[in-house]
Parts: sequence; structure tokens; C-alpha cells
Amino acid sequence: MSRVPGDLAPTAGQTVGPFFHDALPYPGDSELVPPSRADAVRFHGVVVDGAGAPVPDALIEIWQADADGRIVQEPGSLRRDGFTFTGWGRSATDADGHYSFSTVRPGPTTPGTAPFVAVTVFARGLLNRLFTRAYLPGDPEALAATPLLAGLEPDRRSSLVAVEEGNGFRFDIHLQGEGETVFLRHPRH
Amino acid sequence: MTDTTITTADPDAAAASQGAMNEEIAAISAAYDRAGVVETQPRLDYAPYRSSLLRHPTKDLHHADPEGIELWAPAFGHQDVGPLEADLTIQRGGEPIGERMVVTGRVLDGDGRPVRRQLVEVWQANAGGRYIHKRDQHPAAIDPNFTGVGRCLTDDDGRYRFTTIKPGPYPWKNHRNAWRPAHIHFSLFGTEFTQRMVTQMYFPGDPLFALDPIYQSIVDPRARERLVATYDHDVTQHEWSTGYRWDIVLTGSHRTPLEDA
Repeated sequence: MSRVPGDLAPTAGQTVGPFFHDALPYPGDSELVPPSRADAVRFHGVVVDGAGAPVPDALIEIWQADADGRIVQEPGSLRRDGFTFTGWGRSATDADGHYSFSTVRPGPTTPGTAPFVAVTVFARGLLNRLFTRAYLPGDPEALAATPLLAGLEPDRRSSLVAVEEGNGFRFDIHLQGEGETVFLRHPRH
Repeated sequence: MTDTTITTADPDAAAASQGAMNEEIAAISAAYDRAGVVETQPRLDYAPYRSSLLRHPTKDLHHADPEGIELWAPAFGHQDVGPLEADLTIQRGGEPIGERMVVTGRVLDGDGRPVRRQLVEVWQANAGGRYIHKRDQHPAAIDPNFTGVGRCLTDDDGRYRFTTIKPGPYPWKNHRNAWRPAHIHFSLFGTEFTQRMVTQMYFPGDPLFALDPIYQSIVDPRARERLVATYDHDVTQHEWSTGYRWDIVLTGSHRTPLEDA
């Protein structure tokens, strides 16, 4: 018996492996809103390993509130209609380790708190998924008041704050080593 | 398949033998037994899986209470997933080669509640151990009638069900004469974003279990066994397909049932 009755211990994760590209990516996966929309922003970056080399077989997923800070429960992420904001998307990295989303700047889900994009990282060579947050720059007071960020050394804190660009945000993910991204563990997980 | 952690001109010359790999695995296993602390998840830092060497965080994961968006999961519906996507044997013009099988089970949260109407994605090799993926160089036949990719939504009991072909084992380049046990990749969502996971389902009695560093990266034997499906003759269908059952438990949820309205 693989799992005895009543056993509610969590199922173990395993690596996504190298062969997910025919299964998980799909047309429109990274376009939470069409890039042509007036309020569209780019959320992008590179995934690098402990030697600073790009990771060309990673998969990034994001989950975020809409521009007003509302958490939406709308289906349609897999067959986007171009109008419904679902808040979720996925982007496989390219040969340069680069991922890219078209989305909107999320609003704070609680007034006065710093808005963030929830990020999940999968990759060949990564034995379980990793969670992190990409906080948006632009409101230093809200960022300073964020307990998670306040509890980190400055050099580690910066790994969780995206960098403002002309048309959006850049959020590089360092799996290991210099500038290693802070990855999260949640209670009961 | 390429695995880039060994980069000499002749990868086999630098690769460990299976015997050396077994010793690495056994040493970690013995240290785990001595420590006496139960683990349920794979080690991120597990050197026998060579591709993990430069791809695991070296700092401890930072404890964070989930908040805001993390307490919710994306929603998927019938406009996202067609009912035929759960049958991997009807996607092309003809019958795929191999053992037709059904795999079914429930997706539960850490309190045993069903995860309802949520997305399950699967992908796998064909009966000969070959993926359709362009980077799979294993010289086994591609089956023109099998892509090895499927999706479904769980029902109100959290139940998923796929009809597919039993995948074959396949070689990879982690070490010399390395073979993966047959498996189906599963991608799962819960009711909260923190429950998101990807894993692999295995088949009972696979002789490759002890030799495989990805399976063995889960150092707890019972946690490994939870990834192994059970043959179930009640799922097997008369003159049609064999049947396997595999239940998935996601990590605990934080929202109380009252908040689940």
C-alpha cells in the first residue's frame, strides 16, 4: 500500500525535470493581460545558477492581485479571452534563462502594505518548487513597514524587491550563491 | 537529454558508476536514519542528483506567514480544460502502443478535505521510455499516436482520472548506466498558492527505485512510498485497461473552512 488509510502526511515533491515543455507551457501562458493594453507592464528577469550561468530549463509562475488590489477567482488562464484578468500565469525560461510576463502592476491587497507578486520556481535540477515574493518598488514607507523585509539583512532584502524599469519591473532569480534569492517556507508546509 | 553538470568531452569518463552512486545514496540514507528526524519532502541539496549541485539554495528557507494573494489559489474551469484532455490515448489518429491503463485518485489538503474543481496536469514518456520532447535523444521509438500530455479538473470529491499508456523506464546522463524508474509527472494546485506542487508518480515494485537519485532524494522511506501508486483491480476494466490508484495530499492549508465559502 503506497499510503495507509488515514495517512495525511504531505506527498513529496519531485523535480519538474527537463521534459515539461510540451505539457506545462501553452499559448498565452505569460500574458495575464495583452501587452498592447494601455496599463500593461512587463514583469521579467533571468534565472541563474550558483555559477552565475543562466538556467534555460526553468519554469516561473506568478500569482497576483489586480491593479486595485483585488484577489480574483476567475477561470480562463489556460484559454485567455484577452479581457478577463485571472491573476495567474506561467513562463518557461528561454536559452538565456530569461522569463517574461505581460501583466498589470498589482495593488496592495491590504491598504498600506507593500504589494507583491507571488512567484513559484521550478527547474530541472531543482528537486522541489521554490516560493518567493517580488515586492514592487515605489513606496519606500510601505516596504520599510513590511515585516518579512524588515527581518532580513539589507543585501538579502534587495533580492525580494523588483527593479523598476521604463515599462515594468525586472526580478532576477538567483538559485544559489552571490545574491541568492530569499526563498520562503510557510508554516504547516 | 542533456545534463550539463559534467562537461568533459566524454561524459562517461567523468561519470560515477552505479556502484559509486549507490554508495553516495546509502551514506546519506544512513545519516538520515541516525538523525532520527522525519522528513516528508525531497532534499534540495542532494549531491547524487548532479544537476542539483548548482541549483539548490544554500541558505535556509525563510519562514513567512502566508498573506494576501498567497492565501488563495488561481481558479480553473471547464473553459480551461476539455473533458477529452484526460484521455491520453485518443489524441491522435490511432491507438498508442503499450499497456492501456487508468490512473485515478483524490487530491486532498493536509486536513483531508478534497481539493475541488482544481487543475491537474500530467506528462510522461511513452511505452518505450521516450518523450516527444525535442531534447529527448533516447533512441527508442516515438509513438505517433501518443504525446504523453494530459489535463483534467478534479470533481467535487477531489477526484482526478486519466486514461493513458504505462510509461517505460529510460536512461539519462546523471551517472554511467543511469535509468529512471517509470513515472508520470503530476502538476497540482490546492486551495492556496502555498500548496502548489509538482511531483512524480511511480509504479509498484520498480527494480530501479534503489538506484535512482531523484527518487532517493526523498530520504524518508515512507515518504518515498507515498509516491508509489497501488494496482487496483476495481479500477481495472474488463477487456480494456489496467488500473492504478494514487492519492495526493497537499501541504496543510491556513484558511479555516469558514473562510472557504
